[in-house]
Amino acid sequence: MGNMTEKRRLELEKYFDPKGSFASLRMAQMKRAWKQSNRRELNWLENTYIPTLMEGLWLTSKHFFYNLTFHVFHLFGLYKEIPAAVTYQYPEKPRPLALRLRTRHRLTKREDGSVRCVACMMCETICPARCIEITAAEHPDPNIEKYPFEFNIDLGKCVYCGFCVEACPEDAIRMDTNKLDIAEYTRQNMIYNKKRLMEG
Amino acid sequence: MNDVLIKFILSAGTLLIVFGIAGLLTWVERKQSALMQDRIGANRATIFGFKAMGLFHIFADVLKMLSKEEFIPEGANKFLFNLAPYLSITFALVGFAAIPIGGELVLNGHAIQLQAANLNIALIYIFAMMSMGIYGVVLAGFSSNNNYAFLGGIRGAAQMISYEITMAAAITGVIMVFNTLDLQMLDRAQGAYMFGGWIPKWGVFVQPLSFLLFLTAAAAETKRIPFDLPEGESEIIGYFVEYSGMKFGMFFMADLVETVLVAALMTTLFLGGWQVPYLHPDGFYFPWGGHMALSNLPVVILGVLSFFIKVSFFIWTLMAVRWTFPRFRYDQLMNLGWKILLPASLVNIAITAVVIIFLR
Ligand code: SF4
Ligand code: SF4
Repeated sequence: MGNMTEKRRLELEKYFDPKGSFASLRMAQMKRAWKQSNRRELNWLENTYIPTLMEGLWLTSKHFFYNLTFHVFHLFGLYKEIPAAVTYQYPEKPRPLALRLRTRHRLTKREDGSVRCVACMMCETICPARCIEITAAEHPDPNIEKYPFEFNIDLGKCVYCGFCVEACPEDAIRMDTNKLDIAEYTRQNMIYNKKRLMEG
Repeated sequence: MNDVLIKFILSAGTLLIVFGIAGLLTWVERKQSALMQDRIGANRATIFGFKAMGLFHIFADVLKMLSKEEFIPEGANKFLFNLAPYLSITFALVGFAAIPIGGELVLNGHAIQLQAANLNIALIYIFAMMSMGIYGVVLAGFSSNNNYAFLGGIRGAAQMISYEITMAAAITGVIMVFNTLDLQMLDRAQGAYMFGGWIPKWGVFVQPLSFLLFLTAAAAETKRIPFDLPEGESEIIGYFVEYSGMKFGMFFMADLVETVLVAALMTTLFLGGWQVPYLHPDGFYFPWGGHMALSNLPVVILGVLSFFIKVSFFIWTLMAVRWTFPRFRYDQLMNLGWKILLPASLVNIAITAVVIIFLR
């Protein structure tokens, strides 16, 4: 048995060039093969499975007593900062989100509170789901030229790719509201208009 | 008249306690598994904004079960179909009659054994009742006109019969050591001490192998993971696949009641039942020479307390086992039962016999 695995190892080494490309990958493969061919028979005690069963029970019981201890501490208001569970109680306590996570869109505003978008249609053009619908209108300020009279995003279709944010030349659309739980009773309500998008 | 009243109170009390514990177990099961898996567990059912750590889920469950449709499949044998859950739960419950929950309570000069039925063949009676419980499983599988239920019934019958033999063989060692089938006498016999009075003569100390074998076989008897082949949620759903509403709830309860019964039986046989270490009928006698006199009532109360603490410990163990191990394959189950546990328990009987003759 030992001889055979030695032979297998040498065989594997023939194909293995330690300086070649993918050297580390090959190394991992080799180790795995080595391990597999080196599998040993279980001895008598291991064959009864009792040691492993005990190990499993020990592991789960450890978790049980650890968590129980801290739950009891929490009841008395102690060690609140050490959690007794890895789960979040969702609607009351949402999971912390990554800063760069793409969440529901919002339209940013100028200092005077009007919409920042200039209706350039860049986002509507790039949107892979074709869920943005803009109707442009003339802006009273000749320097700005246009503004969106209507700005609808159908969140029922949106794939949250974030292309619209990337495409916007005016930083007028962002996906940083941290709102994920978007649910409505009708498809019509999933279409967010300018007002809803500007509210944040 | 008085005797009848006392017996009535005792049996009603036992029944209530058992139902209470079994109901509580649905909560314990959820919470314990949650803690073992770093979760919080059921905590959404509220009454007036109080969560009470999810305890109201028990009531929510009962309400749900009661308000569901009682469905009887086409082609089912109606009589047997309706009978099966009642058989299951009844035979699980009547076993408790013979389990002593406490010692001898002296009330107005009356000596009352805290045991609903004072049988001198208590052990055989309990085993008979547990075997009868198989009928619930078999009939449920047989009468629902469903192949999966039928498979579950067959599996249940095969499994429970095989493990019952091991169970009986495993406790034969205990019976031989204590020389009685009366559980109250057995508990009393376990009040003796070994090794200069330091270690109580409990079943687990005189018959450790028998204890392990019985624990395994008894876990199989409760039909819960890792021995839940009659049920097998992920493969055949099992003998109660056609049941709904409170009839399903009865099967569910029967499993939990059996868990309590097995825990109580293990306590009685192996942990001295209501015995408290170093507590004699007239107070504590410590092996290091101390003595603390106690009257009858506190001694009995301590005994009942110790019985329930031990039962809780065994329930905890059974639950931990249920939430830690995966299910056996069918051939592994039969191998374990017939090729390992049964020979081991027979060897245990032989060794016990030899040792007893030597000690004579
Ligand atoms: S995130 Fe992607 S799919 Fe959604 S509106 Fe923007 S461009 Fe369209
Ligand atoms: S890309 Fe920006 S400025 Fe252009 S239409 Fe879209 S949101 Fe408005």
